[in-house]
Amino acid sequence: MKKLGNDKVPKQRLLSMQVDLSMFEPATDEEKRQQDVMRESTTFFRDGMRKLFRNPLAVLSLVILGVILLTILFAPLICPYGYAQMVTVNGTRDKTAKNLAPFTYSKLEQEAIDEGAFIFPHIFGTDELCRDYFIRVVYGARVSLAVGLFASIIVLIIGLLYGSISGYVGGRTDMIMMRVVDIIASLPDTLMVILLSVVLDQVLGTALQGTVLASVGNNMLSLFIVFGLLYWVSMARLVRGQILSIKHNEYVLAARALGAKPRRIIKKHILPNCISVIFISMALQIPSAIFTESFLSFIGLGVQAPMPSLGSLANNARGSLQSYPWKLLFPAASICLIVLSFNLLGDGLRDAFDPKLRR
Amino acid sequence: MDSFPKVYGLTQKPTFLCQVAARQSSVQKGSGFMLRYTVKRVLLALVTIFIIAAITFFAMNAIPGGPFEAEKAPDPAVQAVLEARFNLDKPVWQQFFLYLEGLLHGDFGISLKTGRDIFVTIMDSFSISARLGGMAIALAVVGGLALGSVAALMRNRWPDRVIIFTTTLCVAVPSFVLATLLLLVFCLRLGWVQVWSTTSQSYLLPVLSLALYPMSYITRLTKSSMLDVLGQDYIRTARAKGVREQLVIFKHALIPVITYVGPMTAYILTGSLVVETVFTIGGLGTQFVTGITNRDYPMIMGTTIFLAVLMVIMTLISDLVYKLVDPKITFD
Repeated sequence: MKKLGNDKVPKQRLLSMQVDLSMFEPATDEEKRQQDVMRESTTFFRDGMRKLFRNPLAVLSLVILGVILLTILFAPLICPYGYAQMVTVNGTRDKTAKNLAPFTYSKLEQEAIDEGAFIFPHIFGTDELCRDYFIRVVYGARVSLAVGLFASIIVLIIGLLYGSISGYVGGRTDMIMMRVVDIIASLPDTLMVILLSVVLDQVLGTALQGTVLASVGNNMLSLFIVFGLLYWVSMARLVRGQILSIKHNEYVLAARALGAKPRRIIKKHILPNCISVIFISMALQIPSAIFTESFLSFIGLGVQAPMPSLGSLANNARGSLQSYPWKLLFPAASICLIVLSFNLLGDGLRDAFDPKLRR
Repeated sequence: MDSFPKVYGLTQKPTFLCQVAARQSSVQKGSGFMLRYTVKRVLLALVTIFIIAAITFFAMNAIPGGPFEAEKAPDPAVQAVLEARFNLDKPVWQQFFLYLEGLLHGDFGISLKTGRDIFVTIMDSFSISARLGGMAIALAVVGGLALGSVAALMRNRWPDRVIIFTTTLCVAVPSFVLATLLLLVFCLRLGWVQVWSTTSQSYLLPVLSLALYPMSYITRLTKSSMLDVLGQDYIRTARAKGVREQLVIFKHALIPVITYVGPMTAYILTGSLVVETVFTIGGLGTQFVTGITNRDYPMIMGTTIFLAVLMVIMTLISDLVYKLVDPKITFD
């Protein structure tokens, strides 16, 4: 009997599907190389970042936001002025430093400079109470950004919890929870914000005296409370919708059929698919919170008096609009720049990370 | 009527009569649903208004201190009479329902500062605000639709780029900043427009500063929905049936704008608070803001409820019109 090699097994049956190895030849090295993974596999996050950095507008807004962030973090360390203190020259209060134009010095300061002292320039001038305006705008931007960030974090937490409970549990619970959302959503939000700010301002003012929270300022706190009460509904709807639509996808069904535990399904299938949408909506929430804060400050319901906010700075500048227009221009331009950058960044994030928009 | 063939377009070119008949049949089919939806929606609006009134009332009641607790306390007997006059001696929930009843009769109470009837004040000042808001809405819708259509039809050419660039900028400018800048440049610096007074009432700048944000929003909305529609199958069907294409495109691009009418009204009404303050226009917005600065609680309460009801009604109308116009909506 002929000795057969491994690859020369005779067919046992004529019509068998057994592969006849003699009809194949081994792959050459060149062909093997074609199978090599040329590019390392990329994760969802890295791919999104790559797309984000290819978007010039998003990069520009990132750069602008970075510069603003660095300024508001480090300018108070470098700049020797305080947001609530009068400009002083050699330890004496300089009452001549009133309403200075940008990069000008008062009489006293000029004399000090002539004597050889170094005076830090008033980059944005000074205001009517002889305070350095640049540092006030910086603190105003700090307040605005902090409000925007914290408000959207509050919105995110409440909306995420509420929406995911509603989405997971479903049934009657879902229906009742969503009716509540419907009603809150149909309230005119800005009006309610104004109303609650007026009320909380009074109520918290007496309740907070002497506590740690008093340092935050009751206006700021009432702002957060208001955001926590009203603005979470759209986030809750978004989260619920995401979870509902993903829950019924085939791959979740397949994962469940293969015996995956709910935890794994949530971690591997639901979260990665909705987290990007949620964060995009959070990024777009920040400018709207900044808008609301500056609006409230403008009508006199914002942060407490010596603490500036971009809105209240713009409001104060109205009185002397004719003579000192730059007092309006600096805070106004800051608001616009911050909001514009966040808008563009949010759009860029959406283009880069939204799974529905992926090609 | 029910058996009217839906695919009439395949066999014959639809005559005008045909279309009317088809529309009537669909209206008849949908009228039951429409009625149910309307009832449901109106009920929700009523509940919302009730909740707004309740929040407003109880929030204002939570503020410590009553209206007659002045530093020089009046005689207890006088105070008792005053409290009885304004129902302050009754329990809070009873006060609430009395307040609601008053609202229905147009009795919004009396301003703490001016002593005038609040409803009269609101009505007087609202005529100015309504004119301002109406013009702003008209400008926003007309301008937004026009610019959005231009941007969609000239996609990726320079008009589109310019429009999208400007609208992106405009969405980032708060109305009070815009109003103050316009005032500074055109009234104070260039002197082209008179500052608002009783003798010279130029609505141009206030309307512009109110309308620019919603106009930009509508422009973007129109552009995206129009681009969306241009690639749809039903446009091809419409073309095949010989319907005027532009009409169909415009109609479908218009539908999403209807949903924006509610939020836009809210934006313009709240925006007019600051815009009126900036331009010193004595409208409802100014009344509201002065009420806030003076802590004139009945005034704040009355104005809030009035504005909120207005917003709820506008949202209701826009929702109903949307359901009526949009063929895709299901009535669940």
